[in-house]
Amino acid sequence: MTAPVETARPGFARAAPAVLRQAVTVLGSLVTIVVLWEGYKFIGDRTDDTWPLTNIGLPVSSDDLTMPHASDIWSAFWAPVQRGGSDSLAVFLVKASWFTLREAALGFAMGTCIGLVLAAIMLRSHFAERGVLPWVNISQTVPLIALAPIVVTWGRTNGWGDTLSVALISTYLTFFPVAVNGLKGLQSPQAADIELMRSYAAGWRDTLFKVRLPAARPYLFPAFKLAGTLSVVGAIVGEISAGVRGGLGRAILDFAGRYSTGPAKVYAAVIGAGLLGLFVFGLISAAERFFVRGPQGSGT
Amino acid sequence: MTAVQISGAGMTFNPGSDNAVRALDDIDLTIGHGEFVSLIGPSGCGKSTLLRLVGDLITPTTGSIEVFGKSAEQARLDRDYGMAFQQAGLFDWRKVAANIELPLELIGWSRSDRSARSKEMLELVKLDDFGDHYPWQLSGGMQQRVAIARSLAFSPRLLLMDEPFGALDEMTREHMQSELLRIHAKTATTVVFVTHSISEAAYLSNRVVVLSPRPGQIHSIIDVDLGERSDAIRETPAFFAKTTEVREALRAVEASA
Repeated sequence: MTAPVETARPGFARAAPAVLRQAVTVLGSLVTIVVLWEGYKFIGDRTDDTWPLTNIGLPVSSDDLTMPHASDIWSAFWAPVQRGGSDSLAVFLVKASWFTLREAALGFAMGTCIGLVLAAIMLRSHFAERGVLPWVNISQTVPLIALAPIVVTWGRTNGWGDTLSVALISTYLTFFPVAVNGLKGLQSPQAADIELMRSYAAGWRDTLFKVRLPAARPYLFPAFKLAGTLSVVGAIVGEISAGVRGGLGRAILDFAGRYSTGPAKVYAAVIGAGLLGLFVFGLISAAERFFVRGPQGSGT
Repeated sequence: MTAVQISGAGMTFNPGSDNAVRALDDIDLTIGHGEFVSLIGPSGCGKSTLLRLVGDLITPTTGSIEVFGKSAEQARLDRDYGMAFQQAGLFDWRKVAANIELPLELIGWSRSDRSARSKEMLELVKLDDFGDHYPWQLSGGMQQRVAIARSLAFSPRLLLMDEPFGALDEMTREHMQSELLRIHAKTATTVVFVTHSISEAAYLSNRVVVLSPRPGQIHSIIDVDLGERSDAIRETPAFFAKTTEVREALRAVEASA
């Protein structure tokens, strides 16, 4: 084929093979995990839970209650959740994921906004940077599980509802990477770029929106990806703390409570939560491919 | 008429502290409308600092700078000058045309006016077909031409250039010099041009200002009157005589330093 100057264009045509490659990688690692899992069980079963040729115990018992067979976990997805119920576990988990996703999305949206505003404030004033940044860092050392019941109680006494409480708990995790990386990104333009804007008599706001924010995108999207997965974690922890029904948090808690009668279900629910995090991660990665173009985004 | 009036300007960085640096001292310089003036001198002589003072990117510690009869700050706020640096400094996320349109966006031009103007500017720097490209798809010389187009987009009355061709190879550089002169003749913009290159200064300028270092002071001002410039001039005895004059001034500066 005689193509003229080949201009690198990130788009679907370029993204498709990458997606395919990624699918193969994911599938490959999945197979590896299953093989290792079943291999461990196989050996443990033969050696009575000791390392082969020793009498040193394995760290985790390989029996079917502790480590259900991969095939049992797989079939748990397709069995009814409750005896006589119509929904399979998979359908149940998808519904629960959708419920949790909405809380996580709200938390992600709020966290991103707060993170960006904090980054802009810290950019604007060195005083604020010195004053706020340590607190932003300290905030993440407070364990979420300690904080969640407080937020839920606030919500109930002020009447804003548990959904918002859960979203707020998720916000608490998501604003952090956005604020920290956002600040770094907003500070990334070179002095000459800022001087150029000064020579145009451009104000702070024009410089922010036309130079600093676009320049911050390569810093922001990794933060968004991290914040996205954290927002799911926050929502699940929030649901468990608030006792909100309908989401993944409650599902995991319920299944864990009945572990001995259906260990495969717990694993299935945990896998479901992981998939939801992956889904969010994938969405944001797709947005990144679309919004971050340029020499670094075009596959150099 | 006077475009730039520098009177007794001095610049000291970190004044009063142990690492105070006297970058410029007692600079007097008057630049007329439409004039092309080069600043040349050894490294660290403060020529870039002088350019930045004129552009109100920094404020002099002593003396005053007037641009078109106003303070340098007012001239900046009135968007009287365009700037071009050694690095083209184009924004990766904007296509070439959008880079040129950036200052126009800030002034508030309409979309159609902006695109008409960027088209015109691209013709001026002979990059008609590249408006839809991203800067990183262009060569260094082309990027620099886009930067010049951007600096001229809103028809500034004063163009401040800090070694804009410093990173280019010799042939591209000479080509760009001729382009700049053509544009200068066409737009009648006043230009202050910082350079390291003797031949570049002699070829482009009406006057070459030779600076001596630490603190930067004006050593001498050399008038260059070569008439209509063309590439042929580079090989004439008159041009050779001028480059020699500039070179000797620079040697005198080095000797006294």
